[in-house]
Amino acid sequence: MRINDRGYRSTFVGLVSILSTLFLAPAVLAEPELGIEASTQSTNISHRLLRPKRTEPAVTVGQKVEMLTDEERSRLSQSDNIDIPKLPREDWPSPIGDNQTYYLLLLDQLEYRVNDGEDIFNWDAISWIGGDYQRLWIKTEGDVGLDTGDGEAELQLLYGKLIAPFFDLQAGIRYDQVYSSDGGPARASGVIGIQGLAPYLFELDTALFVSQDGDISFRFGAEYQLLLTQRLILQPEFETNIAIQDVEEFGVGSGLNDIELGLRLRYEISRKFAPYVGVNWTRKFGDTAELAEEEGESTDNFALVGGLRLLF
Amino acid sequence: MKNKSSTLNRRNFLRFTAGMSIALGLDSLIPAYAKQVVTANEPRNKGKYSDLIDLQIQQTKLPIASKNASTLTVNGSIPGPLVRLREGQTATIQVTNNLDEDTSLHWHGLIVPREMDGVPGISYAGIKPGETFTYRFPVKQSGTYWYHSHSGLQEQLGHYGPIIIDPIEPEPFEYDRDYVVLLSDWTFEDPYEVLANLKKFSPYYNYQRPTIGQLAKNLAWNRMRMDPTDIADVTGATYTYLMNGMASDANWTGLFKPGEKVRLRFINGSAMTFFDIRIPGLKMTVVQADGQNIMPVDVDEFRIATAETYDVIVELQENTAYTVFAETMDRSGYARGTLAPRQGMSAAIPKQRTRPIRTMADMGMAGDMSGMDMSGNNSSHDMSGMNMGSNNSSHNMSGMDMGGNNSSHNMSGMDMGGNNSSHNMSGMDTSGSNSSSHNMPGMDMGGNSSNSMSNNRGVMHSADTHGAGNSGVAMMSKSRLDEPGIGLQNTKNHRVLLYNDLISLKPNQKQRKPEREMELHLTGNMERYMWSFDGKKFSQIEEPMVFFDGERLRLTFVNDTMMEHPIHLHGMWMELVNGSGLNQPRKHTLNVKPAERVSVDVNVDAPGYWAFHCHLLYHMKVGMFRTVAVVDRSTSTT
Ligand SMILES: [Cu+2]
Repeated sequence: MRINDRGYRSTFVGLVSILSTLFLAPAVLAEPELGIEASTQSTNISHRLLRPKRTEPAVTVGQKVEMLTDEERSRLSQSDNIDIPKLPREDWPSPIGDNQTYYLLLLDQLEYRVNDGEDIFNWDAISWIGGDYQRLWIKTEGDVGLDTGDGEAELQLLYGKLIAPFFDLQAGIRYDQVYSSDGGPARASGVIGIQGLAPYLFELDTALFVSQDGDISFRFGAEYQLLLTQRLILQPEFETNIAIQDVEEFGVGSGLNDIELGLRLRYEISRKFAPYVGVNWTRKFGDTAELAEEEGESTDNFALVGGLRLLF
Repeated sequence: MKNKSSTLNRRNFLRFTAGMSIALGLDSLIPAYAKQVVTANEPRNKGKYSDLIDLQIQQTKLPIASKNASTLTVNGSIPGPLVRLREGQTATIQVTNNLDEDTSLHWHGLIVPREMDGVPGISYAGIKPGETFTYRFPVKQSGTYWYHSHSGLQEQLGHYGPIIIDPIEPEPFEYDRDYVVLLSDWTFEDPYEVLANLKKFSPYYNYQRPTIGQLAKNLAWNRMRMDPTDIADVTGATYTYLMNGMASDANWTGLFKPGEKVRLRFINGSAMTFFDIRIPGLKMTVVQADGQNIMPVDVDEFRIATAETYDVIVELQENTAYTVFAETMDRSGYARGTLAPRQGMSAAIPKQRTRPIRTMADMGMAGDMSGMDMSGNNSSHDMSGMNMGSNNSSHNMSGMDMGGNNSSHNMSGMDMGGNNSSHNMSGMDTSGSNSSSHNMPGMDMGGNSSNSMSNNRGVMHSADTHGAGNSGVAMMSKSRLDEPGIGLQNTKNHRVLLYNDLISLKPNQKQRKPEREMELHLTGNMERYMWSFDGKKFSQIEEPMVFFDGERLRLTFVNDTMMEHPIHLHGMWMELVNGSGLNQPRKHTLNVKPAERVSVDVNVDAPGYWAFHCHLLYHMKVGMFRTVAVVDRSTSTT
């Protein structure tokens, strides 16, 4: 298209404007570091188009901008002691509303376990509801034998507060129930624990429990997410329980109770839906192992598992 | 929500451009201006600007990428209609809310009276369902801008559109026709669902995370509990990227006649996305940034942060088609359109590049600083994509234990700002350097300081890590204005726009020495998806940030996080202190890179209350937001 009169005029105006800029800011010319030169690279842009040449990062040109001296500044800051004004209208809505409540429900394990003994259904889930700093947590895990219906369940209800960027301090109650043919005992415990992300991205969940009878135990759990691909994820897990006292009803002996190792390979069809397969190995130790043997339970249990990991 | 879009009547007809009246029907996915050829020959400013502009906010069903989408539109299209104004006029714009929830409309980058700024809770109460709010303001500037909702997450649903303000004075550059190129991101998910997903699991949308193969390389990152692939929170995994409302298959096309110069007015109207824009085969001459004329710069590519605008001129000699390619910063997708002599033509779509990986420089690792000057163009070796992490990790992590050797070195060259000094000194002391207090008072704060390479050794972070709301602290922050940004460093013979290239076309008459400096840290906790300033989200801070009317204030941003944040100040310009002296460019939105320390000067001249926030929609929504109160110093009590 032909450039019309106006086009020529704007060319002229453009040149004048650039030139006047140069004269208004003589320092631009004075400083060799920030020169202006006609573009040499461009072939398809007319000569009129200039580009600033920067052989190295800019240094100050033009008027030196100086900050106030310390003295001046302190004089000014004295008058900073002012009544901070409130927003004009209190009945207006909050501009952003950043105190929304969010929630998570992660059914990390909903699985079928095949081992030497009875087949088992096992679950492990975690949930929170709340804001950035304070959340209500629910944790539950347990298993049930698919022939006998025997099993155990644990439920924790905790209040959590973010105490460090990666760690939540949690306190609340835990309820245990054992299911067996001869009726199951139950007990409640107080919980104080820390959950969070340790260096190298280990997810930690550790807690101290004091039961209604004053029995003290400790649990340490850790897991890791290893991405084989973006959707194929290997999740190793480690958990151990230590008790101070024997609590025979719950099959707990003093000292190191058990160690559990799991390795699950999931495929994230979506973040919210991931089937998995894996293995789970539990080993009981010391008094706890003896108690298990008395009950005719195994102290060394290896299981193949398969299940679903669901996120809501 | 009930679909109220059936309330179409003649008010939905908008006259927006000189001598043209174009009906925007409900089904008009493509805004008419996107198809319309506007040539320089036509009387762009013959005074035929409409006296009254009518905007209807409504729910609309639109096809996006051939799928049905429930959108929230302005006058029935995405983006909304072009609002074309003329510098010097008084704009009268009626905005009617046809939704059953509150809405609002903010004129992004426009300097307007405080009650016309359109931020609910700060400028006004918002626009209630069924109500019409009449905006009336003098138009005191020219250039390319945009408007969008400032309510909730409405912007993500389509509530945005372009603004062009024609200048009174002729433009200082010539072109034959111009097009708005408005980029945005669309998700078929509910935006609140997107946010909830990020809250549950912050890498929810990142499908480019390091896998087992990169484990060894990434040990350093893992130790820091950070993800070097965390480039964008919300990605192509859920987003469809749009150019003028059209997905890449729909191929928005701007027509030209060979020999013409075409002005492209790029607007990043996305919620969360940074785009890298290039037109293979063409140089682009950047003539405006954020609506402000700059000294023209020829580039091959430029990055546009969320909410920024850039105007470029391209000269089209050949009778052939060119692809306008807007690749997302994390390389998870792109928006694409075409410049062509005829409809229906297209050019090759460039291959997408590999996603970049954060470096130690993004973490503010000091060891890294001395080792690699990440100065844009010349750092080819450190930007070889994936290998990056490996090259640096072991080497640079040792820099973590820094302090000692670097610090004394760093301190001597340090340029830091008045008010910071005490702040920073504490940081320095921890680093065990020999005190450099003698440097402090005399330092030239021209801003220059931080840009000059020899001087740009960074500033140590103080011992205050901003609490639990901030998970990472860039130990060493420094100017990165001479870097094109992550993923663009390794571009030989391919010039990428730098913030240092932005030089105002006209010198700033009102420039003087800043009287006061405020330092603000950009903070966040990625694990919980918390974003904030100085570790505190909006609702944790009772008082607004106080600016004094009439003062010239230096705002110094320190990005403690590993993500870019486009920082937006309402009501007043931010003049970027980039060493261009009197010609500091005016910005309404400033992209602050990870571990960057950057200053802007503000002529505080707008009494009242203003919003100040990160323009990543979900960052703002979760608290990276402040109210600014511009108060009269003399009337304040002592
Ligand atoms: Cu942000």
